[in-house]
Amino acid sequence: MNPDFIYKVLPLYKDAAVLTLQVGFIGIFLSVLIGLVCSLIRYYKVPFLTGAVAVYIEISRNTPLIIQLFFFYYGLPKIGFKMNAFVCGAVGLGFLGGSYMAEAFRSGLEAIAKVQIESACSLGLSGLQTMRYIIFPQAFALSFPAFMANVIFLLKETSVFSAISLMDLMFTAKDLIGIYSKTAESLFLLVVFYLIILLPVSLLGSYVERRLGRHGFGS
Amino acid sequence: MTEEILKLEHVSKKFHDLTVLEDLNLSVKRGEVIVVVGTSGCGKSTLLRCINGLEKLQAGRIIFEGENIDYDKNLSRLRQKIGMVFQSYELFPHKTVLENITLAPLVVQKRDKKEVVREAKELLKKMGLEQKADSYPRELSGGQKQRAAIARALCMHPDVLLFDEVTAALDPEMVHEVLEVILNLANQGRTMLIVTHEMQFARAVADRILFLEDGRILEEGSPEEFFEHPKTERAKQFLQKFQYEKRKSLVTT
Repeated sequence: MNPDFIYKVLPLYKDAAVLTLQVGFIGIFLSVLIGLVCSLIRYYKVPFLTGAVAVYIEISRNTPLIIQLFFFYYGLPKIGFKMNAFVCGAVGLGFLGGSYMAEAFRSGLEAIAKVQIESACSLGLSGLQTMRYIIFPQAFALSFPAFMANVIFLLKETSVFSAISLMDLMFTAKDLIGIYSKTAESLFLLVVFYLIILLPVSLLGSYVERRLGRHGFGS
Repeated sequence: MTEEILKLEHVSKKFHDLTVLEDLNLSVKRGEVIVVVGTSGCGKSTLLRCINGLEKLQAGRIIFEGENIDYDKNLSRLRQKIGMVFQSYELFPHKTVLENITLAPLVVQKRDKKEVVREAKELLKKMGLEQKADSYPRELSGGQKQRAAIARALCMHPDVLLFDEVTAALDPEMVHEVLEVILNLANQGRTMLIVTHEMQFARAVADRILFLEDGRILEEGSPEEFFEHPKTERAKQFLQKFQYEKRKSLVTT
């Protein structure tokens, strides 16, 4: 290990980490949006759309992210739809994560007993009020562990962004190995930076999970 | 002549091929306490659920305070006047006892928060739950949960209360505390429809007993008539199920 080298390339990793985080969080934000919409469509069994959502979820979950990214980055321009690598990475992550989030939210929604909803209805709450005050808060807490697992999974998936030449952490490490042949230092920094990104997310997740668990769930 | 508050006309309810309620007619007067008894699956709970609009009718109509209950039109408004208490309590687990009670008055009836909270606390006091206002439902015993659920229904100022086997999930000692509350409500002149398997309680609280069998009212009358002189064979058999003959002891003393 060469400390001077590590010190020298640190800023490169820092920039790459910022980029990874940016794409990662935009992608996760997209996946939450897609997941919410899809899970509600499935929960309310909206005609036609339910089928479309089912097809999307199967495609999204049963193909690797790298192939989805190739499709968006190299395939779509062929039909006149061009995105830069940054947008492509975020959209790709959203496409993959959307299905995982949809399933996480759906399991939360479906875990709420029908009679809970009836009890809200019998108090005169409208469908929307029942969703907002009764179903949603409970479903959120119930699906939170799965949601958190997905966030961590998606952040780790960002490591394939280098395939569409996004200057992320993986790209930086591979680049430095190629130029300086300093494999040990480069990979060491790669591991450290991924841990720096993921450990706080992980810890925050367990903290929130504990807080939610304390708040009167289960009978 | 007391005013009629609720009327069922030729009500029929089917689940696929299974007929649960058949051509059922019933008239409830304001202040009347009706207890519905019958074997499991005779349609007792479905009857209450229909009145609350939780089940759609296949035929007939339900008229509440002169208005036809219409699933698409006035259901939400009329429901506010029809309180329902469930066997499994169904408090909202993510809300405190107080929040459980104040939610619907605040968001549905849009009442003043101070006034609602004050009333909720009064109700809790009457239920012996003033210490539990800020507890979560999981911190309560079954009996306490059910009393909180009754308070929640009462805070909406309903004109009719529906009790669906509200003590069926409770330990024996807790049954009493809940039934006591319901008995008090009856004494205050509240209109109630009660489904229960507690025959002694039924006898004590009811103005009228309905005996349901296969979705029809087989027998209807005052508690004395029903329990002392059941008219039908089915009712006799049903009532016998609550009695046990003393067995001959095999031990000589």
